[in-house]
Amino acid sequence: MESFTRIRATAAPMMRINIDTDQIIPTRFLLRTSEEGLNEGLFANWRSLADGTPNPEFILNRAPYDRAEIILADRNFGCGSSREAAPRALRQSGFRAVIAPSFGDIFFGNCFRNGMLPVILPIETVNGLAQQVASSHGTASIEVDLEHERVTAPDGITFAFVTPKKLRDMLLNGLDEIDLTMQLDDSIARFRATDRAKRPWAYLERGSY
Amino acid sequence: MPDTKTVAPRTFFEKVWSDHVIAELDEDPAEGTTEGSTERTTQSTALLQIDRLFLHEVTGGVSLRELKHAGRATSSPGQVFTAIDHVVSIRPDRRPGEGRNETATAMIEETLLASAREGLQVFNIGDPRQGIVHVISPELGLTLPGTTLVCGDSHTCTVGALGTLGWGVGSSEGVHVLATQTLRQAKPKTMRISFEGALRPGVSAKDMALHLIGSIGANGGIGYAVEFAGSTVRSLPIEGRLTLCNMGIEFSARYAFVAPDDLTYAFLKDREYVPKGAAWDAAVAYWRTLPSDGAAQFDREVKIDSATIAPQVTWGTSPQQSVGIDDTVPEPDDYDDPGTRELVRTALDYQRLSPGTRVDQIPIDVAYIGSCTNARLSDLHVAADVLRGRKVAANVLAICVPGSTQVKRAAEAAGLDQVFRDAGFEWLEPGCAMCATGGADRLANRRVISTTNRNFENRQGPKTRTHLASPATVAASAILGHFADARTFSTHA
Repeated sequence: MESFTRIRATAAPMMRINIDTDQIIPTRFLLRTSEEGLNEGLFANWRSLADGTPNPEFILNRAPYDRAEIILADRNFGCGSSREAAPRALRQSGFRAVIAPSFGDIFFGNCFRNGMLPVILPIETVNGLAQQVASSHGTASIEVDLEHERVTAPDGITFAFVTPKKLRDMLLNGLDEIDLTMQLDDSIARFRATDRAKRPWAYLERGSY
Repeated sequence: MPDTKTVAPRTFFEKVWSDHVIAELDEDPAEGTTEGSTERTTQSTALLQIDRLFLHEVTGGVSLRELKHAGRATSSPGQVFTAIDHVVSIRPDRRPGEGRNETATAMIEETLLASAREGLQVFNIGDPRQGIVHVISPELGLTLPGTTLVCGDSHTCTVGALGTLGWGVGSSEGVHVLATQTLRQAKPKTMRISFEGALRPGVSAKDMALHLIGSIGANGGIGYAVEFAGSTVRSLPIEGRLTLCNMGIEFSARYAFVAPDDLTYAFLKDREYVPKGAAWDAAVAYWRTLPSDGAAQFDREVKIDSATIAPQVTWGTSPQQSVGIDDTVPEPDDYDDPGTRELVRTALDYQRLSPGTRVDQIPIDVAYIGSCTNARLSDLHVAADVLRGRKVAANVLAICVPGSTQVKRAAEAAGLDQVFRDAGFEWLEPGCAMCATGGADRLANRRVISTTNRNFENRQGPKTRTHLASPATVAASAILGHFADARTFSTHA
């Protein structure tokens, strides 16, 4: 598991509400038998014109935003489909963090398992960050620090954010979630012994039906 | 353990959640909790028992591959099922394992092989149980009240209609469930949405869902487990509840459900994977303890007067951008919030619509009936009642994809396929099909009225303009060639 501690990087303002995972990576890019190369699908419908050439208007096609590692967005970023290809396409394209007032829940959790940090800040704060970035034409960088749960704006003002503790520990330390759970094998066995007596119908064995 | 007699009143969700907690993972459960100005608060994390896992050939294929790469094996194969649905061919005479193209076929092949390796039950093409995962899981009785069911598909909340706690997960979480039959989950807040009173004639569960999302917004459910309640919901048949819960994720509620009642038990009884005989009776006795206690408190309450709901059509590119069929396309300046104004402008531009246009005058190119939202037998009956004895308008492409093989066969036994065909509809084989670009070449650049759940940009194909509506509204629109109010149609049932 890839870890995340702190970055200082270029941020791309994409201040739109409800940027859904179908926009982050369209469904046609999910027809594949490998998780490599998902970056080819990142924002594909916005990034390219109908003839396949790059859309010069699209922010991630313009310097210096083409090297951005942070996205600034409006409410409900990553809503919609559960596709984990969405955070993977972002990560494979060099992104490390998204800062928005709220996220689709499934996308939010998927980020932590792919070296991506979703940061929740109030819309006024994200708008302020976007304005500072825009007025510097993208040259002003933003710092995102997971260890101290702190975003530092280009003007040096800091904003605290909160992440779910267990997901934060996992991302900070690059831990494998399944290994962590398997350390609880005894608890799992104890739970099931009781639960199986209480809810026998919940337990199915192959061949029992 | 506290004495159950002294336990405070609890919601359905709290009962089901606590019955699945193997371990609390935060040393101090309050530690991770925050009150603040942001829309999301973080909450305590628990390790939960997962009763059922469904895989499919897109995200489930990824989970199976990554399970193998990690050198792990499936811990409880009897509780894991594989549906082949997302990228299947929908042409008549398709063969088992046939995808919509070569890559899709390779994905299905890989998923079938991996499922066999792990000892999983598969519902492949050719099996009478094949179909869209959220259509077949209730048909099979794999959606028991008070159980947890996850799948790498956001619409897994659909099964909440049976009192199942179902939710969509990522592929990595899918690997976690395969390897351990558990998940680590942050506990959400609770919201009760009560629909009270009788629906007006011609108004369906889909209209309830779109009306709701229009009022609370596509982000209204973030961080919440949502219980649908109230007299309207109690009166809804199970298939209507499935439609309503299906749309939970469209306002970003990861979990949406209806507490079980006698309709639930009647629906499930004798299905393939439900307990039988004395085991059934014991299960029902337990399920009857699950509904929310009368005095239970929710973090948020929403009340809706069902008599105010009109048949809905979405005009924009978010399910929240919905209006009544007798209404007009809104103006960006109707909205106070600058972000929302911009969203409206972007949506109108994509949909090529002008503010003030009467919705029932917008012409369509395609009428589509399908998906995990609205392709069950009752949906096809409602549409057929509108279509019977009528013809689809000239130049309208009309397509019906039943939600499952079982639905398709039951519809054919009732003669519905002939009604659809006589009206000019194509009648195709079950799968997720054109809900998510499965008909991209045929829907490109066209305006589609659709019984599906997502009207996102390019969701159904390049520059496809999708408008969400109920089966009745889609059928009526197919006949007239523009968005139409099915209530103006006399039906010949």
